[in-house]
Amino acid sequence: MRDSRNVLYGSLLLLPAAVLLWIFTYQPILTTLYHSFFSTAKGKRAAVFIGVDNYARMIDDPVFWQALSNNVVYALVTIPVSMALALAMALFVNGRMAGQGIVRMAYFTPTVLPMVAVANIWLFFYAPSHGPIDQFLGLFGLGHNNLLGTPNTALWALIVITIWKEAGFFMIFYLAALQQISPTLIEAARLEGATALQVFRRLTVPLIMPTTLFVMVNALIGAFRLVDHVIALTKGGPDNSTTLLLFYLYEVGFQYWDTGYAATLTVFLLVVLAVVALFQFGYLDKKVHYR
Amino acid sequence: MSNATPANSTVTVTIGAWFLALLWVSPLLYAFWAAFHPSSHGAPFGLFAPLTLDNFREVLAAAPFPRYFLNTFLLVTLILTCQLVVCTMAAYAFVCFPFRGSEVLFMLVLIQLMIMPEILLVENYRTLAALGLRDTILGMGMPYLASAFGIFLFRQTFKSVPKELEEAARLEGANPLQILLRVFVPLAKPTYVAFGLVTVSYHWNNFLWPLVVTNSVETRPVTVGLQVFATVEQGVDWSRVTAATLLSVAPLLIAFIIFQRQFVQSFMRAGIR
Repeated sequence: MRDSRNVLYGSLLLLPAAVLLWIFTYQPILTTLYHSFFSTAKGKRAAVFIGVDNYARMIDDPVFWQALSNNVVYALVTIPVSMALALAMALFVNGRMAGQGIVRMAYFTPTVLPMVAVANIWLFFYAPSHGPIDQFLGLFGLGHNNLLGTPNTALWALIVITIWKEAGFFMIFYLAALQQISPTLIEAARLEGATALQVFRRLTVPLIMPTTLFVMVNALIGAFRLVDHVIALTKGGPDNSTTLLLFYLYEVGFQYWDTGYAATLTVFLLVVLAVVALFQFGYLDKKVHYR
Repeated sequence: MSNATPANSTVTVTIGAWFLALLWVSPLLYAFWAAFHPSSHGAPFGLFAPLTLDNFREVLAAAPFPRYFLNTFLLVTLILTCQLVVCTMAAYAFVCFPFRGSEVLFMLVLIQLMIMPEILLVENYRTLAALGLRDTILGMGMPYLASAFGIFLFRQTFKSVPKELEEAARLEGANPLQILLRVFVPLAKPTYVAFGLVTVSYHWNNFLWPLVVTNSVETRPVTVGLQVFATVEQGVDWSRVTAATLLSVAPLLIAFIIFQRQFVQSFMRAGIR
């Protein structure tokens, strides 16, 4: 009796969410997989089954490999640097000091801005010869750089922007974690003669490990999900030096309208995210010290 | 000696903190500076150049930013309203009406935390075209109307509501809808505020999906409008691009500065699992 009531109410309540999630999350995952085995329909010619041709094309596609390696560099630099800065920021504003609120706001403000706006602010910063950065470099006789227009520096210019925007966001989570560490624990360690560095390494770091995991997974997803700045600043150029995977997918899907190949690239991105998920649930959860 | 050490390090920490803070806001301060000064085809600006609002006037004359703001406002309102209703219903089902397999369904919901709609944009665009909803505000919002994050967050909160309160309400003859609205929702108010702020700032700032779906002034949100404006102006007039940028972030930035504490606390609350 009670069970059937639960089934009735439960499924009615879940219905709207289930329909929406089905249409825009589960069903597209399945159709992406399906379409990745088909050619792109052109004019009157319908899409035909071509087996793994799209995958073979992907493996032979130098731009795909470039996008992947760019994305790996991008993730490997932005994630640790912004996490380290976030922790430093959190430690800075955790204690009492003059102007604490203002400092915290300064760190956090870039986070509430849209990436497109951030990109336009930095575009101005990076402008050759009259942008502030180039003028600063000019003081040392290193001026006249087009930082966003040179293959060697363009990806790094985007990395700096990402770190600037993300660090304050991650700081919030570290701040929350730090505030949950009991002060008596730290006092006890200090009485035992531990130095500030020892307290940090032996106490703080292990206690905030769950937060580190949470932030890391978020940062990993972000590194594959956010390409607004690529679209606003470089369009993947010069010479594909700033093409990230999702940007390439967007380009193939909506600039070249090659939907079959775009589906294949989506499948690859889904596999990457699945690996991140498995990494989170399987491996890292066991390595983290919970209280 | 042991008294002197912490005091010293505090000074160092304070200086370090302030230095980093200054470094962090300097791009924004510079943008403000540029937007309020007459353009001389970009920097360098004289330190005592006269202040002006001309850049903002020109931007408003050149692009329909008020309309873009209206579109963003409609989009965010649509998404927030639907998410609150849909996610509350789903979370209530998971907490109060569990049945065989509902745990599995919850695990399935969590997939959307990893695979957000923007990753699936090619297929979602196809779906939207089939529904005839391209270039509409409803279409732009649709993939986000159910949020796994919201369901997750509300479920956590509802689970912490004492069983006795629910029982008491039932003994007084309240039906399931009344129990939800009079017991669960009021107790979850802080979570609703937190989720609301996070979701509003996310969708106010969202860009890629709206860029793909919209094609006209009547639907374009402010992020896409800014990009369209900046693409035309880039390299021509820095002051106008910066003015447009500041204009487009102003509402959210002002709200953030006023409600700073709530913002920070909401993001913290939403992040703790």
